[in-house]
Amino acid sequence: MLRLLSVADLNLYLRELLDTDEILRDLWVEGEVSNMSRPASGHVYFTLKHGDAQIKCACWKSSVARLTWLPTNGDAVLAHGRVGYYEVNGNVQLYIDGLRPAGIGLLNAQFEELKARLEAEGLFDLSRKRPLPLLPRRIGIATSTTGAALQDILNVLQRRYPLAEVLVAGCKVQGAGAAETIVAALEQLYAAAVDVVIVARGGGSIEDLWAFNEEIVARAVFASPVPLVSGVGHETDTTIIDYVADLRAPTPSAAAMLMTPDVADLRLALRDLSTRLDELLGARLDVAEIALAGSTQRLALRSPAARIERDQQRLDEIEARLRSQVGQRLALLDARLGGAAARLAALNPRAVLSRGYAIVRQPVSGAVVVDPAVVMAGELLEIVLRDGLLNVVAAVGRE
Amino acid sequence: MTEQPSYEVLYTRLVAIVARLEGDGLTLDESLALYEEGVALAASCRHVLETATLRITELQRGDS
Repeated sequence: MLRLLSVADLNLYLRELLDTDEILRDLWVEGEVSNMSRPASGHVYFTLKHGDAQIKCACWKSSVARLTWLPTNGDAVLAHGRVGYYEVNGNVQLYIDGLRPAGIGLLNAQFEELKARLEAEGLFDLSRKRPLPLLPRRIGIATSTTGAALQDILNVLQRRYPLAEVLVAGCKVQGAGAAETIVAALEQLYAAAVDVVIVARGGGSIEDLWAFNEEIVARAVFASPVPLVSGVGHETDTTIIDYVADLRAPTPSAAAMLMTPDVADLRLALRDLSTRLDELLGARLDVAEIALAGSTQRLALRSPAARIERDQQRLDEIEARLRSQVGQRLALLDARLGGAAARLAALNPRAVLSRGYAIVRQPVSGAVVVDPAVVMAGELLEIVLRDGLLNVVAAVGRE
Repeated sequence: MTEQPSYEVLYTRLVAIVARLEGDGLTLDESLALYEEGVALAASCRHVLETATLRITELQRGDS
């Protein structure tokens, strides 16, 4: 397994080995700064030492620009970055993108202690978080009047929500006495009857942001009579007041956005309301029209003409009933008449004639002969038959 | 300088009018009166939105 490599090949191999190591790619190293140099290139070079051990460090200009604190020789630091291989001189180096004083451990301890105490006291309770006003009239801002944070906030408000009146209470946002000025600024804003408050500061190291981890500031935030938004540092920074505030925004700009509606949305909502207004009136007019049509119809039903028609109909019905009653009566009379006629017919002598009987009459007197004794022999007689008269001479009779 | 009603006041009133119009039991005259008031409020709201400029006041530091 003998292998011959060029120096370049070896260095490339070593560099790739270091670059692909998970631990070396992202780590914190604690040590003491020495041999610090800041050439004109803007990069910063130094050596980190701990006892007999040391490692060369480089911080590129772009990273230097983002540092919030620069150590001097002899400072104990926590350095963040990655380990890489510098092929030109065969050195393993630490490429640094973050530097903190090593004493940070103390601040962290303070932070955790205060956080635990205030949390136990209920200052972080979610139940006391208040909703932000939808359309704030007066917005109070506690921040440095010279900082970028204030400009960021004002830019956002000007663009999104120019309806507001803004009260700026200036304060120191870092260094000695900053906490007291923040408390004073908050109290000024509380007294000025604002609807909502922003406490803001741009990004920085934990030391820079420390004022927002002070107990007096936390208690002043807790005492806010109106909803309060914290917008301190960058997304990754968390301060004690972030826990106390009604709403925590990742940055000052975000705080301004979270507490205001966008005027463009207000315009849309207004347009929708106007449309709704028109629709509602349209619907109401439709209802009125339908009601009118209904009334007209009911009116028509109740008009005298309808009444007359109805009365006419009743009249017709009465007449019909009358007719039918008269008809019945006539039928009754008719039936009775029929009976009488029948009875009369039964008495009619002609009915007898039709059965073959005959009536004998004396032609001159017309008297009906019912006794042969009244007829003289040779007397002319009439015999009435069904179909006519028969003149006969009596063959026998009285003399 | 007379304080004109805030956008919130105007808008809230407009929302209330729409809500009343959505309800029952209004006479046609009442509906028409509410509609006219609503149209006027919407115009006022638009005017406020179009003419708004951020007013900034810097409070004097009490401690510096």
